[in-house]
Amino acid sequence: MAAGAAALHGPALARDARRERARLFGLSLPAVLLVLVIMVVPVGWLFWLSFLADDGSLSLEHYRRIAQHPSYFRIFRTTFEVSLATTGICILLGYPLAYLLSQLPRRWAGLCLLAVLLPFWTSLLVRTYAWLVLLQRQGLINSWGMELGLWQEPLPLVHNMAGTLIGMVHIMLPFLVLPLYGSMRAIDRDYLKAAANLGAGPTRAFWLVFLPLSLPGLVAGATIVFILCLGFYVTPAILGGGRVIMVSMRIATDIELFFNWGAASALGVILLVLTLAFLYAASRLARLDRMLGGGAR
Amino acid sequence: MARGASLPITIREVTKTYGAFRALDRVDLEVRSGEFLTLLGPSGSGKTTLLMVLAGFTRPDQGSLLFGEREVIRLAPHKRDVGMVFQSYALFPHMDVAANIAFPLRLRRLPAAEIRRRVEEALETVKLGGYGDRRVDQLSGGQRQRVALARAIVFEPRILLMDEPLSALDKQLREHMQTELRQLHERLGMTTVYVTHDQREALTMSDRIAVIDGGRIMQLDSPRRLYEEPANRFVAEFIGESQFLPVTLSEGRCLLDGRPLLLPEGRSPPEAGPLLLMLRPERLRMVTGTPAEPLNLLQGRAAGAVYQGDSYVLHVELAGGARVSLRGVSSAETLAALPEAGAPVTLGLRPQETILLADEGT
Repeated sequence: MAAGAAALHGPALARDARRERARLFGLSLPAVLLVLVIMVVPVGWLFWLSFLADDGSLSLEHYRRIAQHPSYFRIFRTTFEVSLATTGICILLGYPLAYLLSQLPRRWAGLCLLAVLLPFWTSLLVRTYAWLVLLQRQGLINSWGMELGLWQEPLPLVHNMAGTLIGMVHIMLPFLVLPLYGSMRAIDRDYLKAAANLGAGPTRAFWLVFLPLSLPGLVAGATIVFILCLGFYVTPAILGGGRVIMVSMRIATDIELFFNWGAASALGVILLVLTLAFLYAASRLARLDRMLGGGAR
Repeated sequence: MARGASLPITIREVTKTYGAFRALDRVDLEVRSGEFLTLLGPSGSGKTTLLMVLAGFTRPDQGSLLFGEREVIRLAPHKRDVGMVFQSYALFPHMDVAANIAFPLRLRRLPAAEIRRRVEEALETVKLGGYGDRRVDQLSGGQRQRVALARAIVFEPRILLMDEPLSALDKQLREHMQTELRQLHERLGMTTVYVTHDQREALTMSDRIAVIDGGRIMQLDSPRRLYEEPANRFVAEFIGESQFLPVTLSEGRCLLDGRPLLLPEGRSPPEAGPLLLMLRPERLRMVTGTPAEPLNLLQGRAAGAVYQGDSYVLHVELAGGARVSLRGVSSAETLAALPEAGAPVTLGLRPQETILLADEGT
């Protein structure tokens, strides 16, 4: 019988561990390839394109143009304004909705969540055109409003900022409500009982206990909404009627009209960088929140 | 913290139903001022519901609840001014330890210096001095329990409610905290209502215990009387181990297997009804030869012994076929004296420990 280290199988066990890691990596290989093909390569290619001048030489021409033309600055400003406004309205509408859902018995909350999710099952385009039908000059809302004598002239509800926001809020609301609802559901009722027992009436219990505990969900939902808004194309294009120009729309024109891939790519890269910067800031905010002990446990 | 004022609690005919289920059935209970009273019962007995009625979280169908002279049955929870320790502790995770304890004081708008002083004092009281700036999730279970306690007493409520506060702790820590809670109660003197399903915990800590089952109070007594003289079979079975043998009544005498039973002095035998003899394993003893004192004797055969460290249990099959067990303290002598399986055994029970209960047929 061989005595000593060999009998304890040390090297063999280490080899087994290495093989197991290799097998696990092998399993994830298809996913890695997929991400590489559909994410990294195209984005890298766009990145590369954005540094090519029209004659094919390396240059910062596209970025220079964006930096120099005030119209580009306006487009970015509009994009951020629309995204911020949409996120803000979503919070104002979504927080009470999520709160109501979180207080309902689970069965009812499930049904109501279904209603919140229903729009997801319809095409984005269909929903947007439906808003057009509702909001236009001879649309349902204007004709009813005038019929009832609430207003005399058709209200400008669409082809402007108002229409854009209405459509975007409608489409984005579920992205805020779902994570928020989840985090509110996870708040132990005992915290609110304890707050009441220690002398906090319903209002103070909400502000001092419930709201802080629901903040992680709110930050998560608002971040998702804001980032989705930054790249939104269909709804602002249709409901904005050309008066609300967002970055995504400018990218589309650059490609469809001018076939200028370089300019479009530069816009795309800037938007991506801004989005990543925002995501980083939001994650810092969320971590700060965790540092303060936030989180529903 | 100084010994503060306390209030008596008067509960009258409190009923709470959930559909057809009666969680509380016309409960009457008086908790004396400064008393440590435990609500003890199995799960679903209504003990927690009763505590929630006291705290104001459960609205009963009817009844009256007085804190001192004041009717509070319709008062909202945040106006009741009672301290409460939750089973889950319910420490706010977004606040540190000091902020948790300061919470009730901030709500009462005390000056900042006063709040700081009282928070530090409360932390000292629960032996957590200097832990104020810890985060809640950095604390162990026992420390969280103490913080929850500090938060419940820092605003000097005159009534303290506790909902199974020790159930999440391991056995050793639980026993340690039982002693500490009891000492704290003696120091602070607030009327305390404590809910548990752990009979040993109830026996250890309480001035009085209300045993609850099916939404009703089965017996309200001191721990010792509950154990020694249970009012009925439910209480006898729920508290401690017990075994029952049928007893018949004949011409004013109680017969076990046809032989008359010696009963405690000064206690007249029950007048009617089927009766049961309650046997506690540790009150039975093995008898060899002629006993030195008068004992009720039971004849049987040994049916195996179990060694349990500090004690042993001997199972005995009685002549009538019933099986009883006897618990004794382990020692070299007692273990050596254990009979072989099948050997004849005589068990003895002292008359003053011979407790008869009405047989309710359960």
